[in-house]
Amino acid sequence: MNIILNNRPESFDEEALTFDELIKQKNFTFKLLVTKLNGELVRKEHRNTTEIRDGDNVTVLHLISGG
Amino acid sequence: MDTKQIELILQTKTVGIAGCGGLGSNCAALLTRAGIGKLVLADFDIVDESNLSRQYFFRSQVGLYKTDALRENLLQLNPALIIETHCTKLTASDIARFFIGCDIVVEAFDDANAKQMLIETMALELPATPLIAGNGIAGWGNNNAITTLRADKNLYICGDGTLETSRELPPLAPRVMVVAAMQANQVLEILLNNPIY
Repeated sequence: MNIILNNRPESFDEEALTFDELIKQKNFTFKLLVTKLNGELVRKEHRNTTEIRDGDNVTVLHLISGG
Repeated sequence: MDTKQIELILQTKTVGIAGCGGLGSNCAALLTRAGIGKLVLADFDIVDESNLSRQYFFRSQVGLYKTDALRENLLQLNPALIIETHCTKLTASDIARFFIGCDIVVEAFDDANAKQMLIETMALELPATPLIAGNGIAGWGNNNAITTLRADKNLYICGDGTLETSRELPPLAPRVMVVAAMQANQVLEILLNNPIY
């Protein structure tokens, strides 16, 4: 599948991935993430069931302290 | 649009600022100077001597609530500024209540958990309000690592996205103020480039 991840096009062999699978595959190891699918917030507890498919627009932001 | 028209537009606008530390206090000062009409400020903390290295406070204000001290300083810049303050540690249930009247909200917390809470709550409860978050302000140098990412229709992230504050990478005034200025500049871009606001 081809998706947009954080404003950049990305290709994956899988036809679908859950957010947890995507995060693992991309090695996003940060503790605090905000995840969105096509502009809609995906809460942490839904990351293991929400599927990402071809054409989706995905946002994975990691938040760091300081301000 | 000329100077007078810009002034008239900004006078009618309200910006919420969540957190009045390094990012929030400086961003508030910049928006005040630019001529924003009203600010909604939220912070629970007291001005500490260590804050003077980068926050918009003065030695005589150590010990005051940040919301009170900032109000004083902003009114020195523009006595006509309308300021609403909430001296409390923001929780998810406060966000919509405090910021519903704002044209834009600036996320200026220190703690990453609080940043996440605000971004998630705004997405769920005030999705039509643009949110400008700060993310990654620690240390010094590396000017060109600091960017503004439009993560979503109404979510902008200013910062380097990488460097967490620590003993080795303290928040130093120049980088903190660069990010605060980028947040303020993004606020103006949204307010002035989109006639629907």
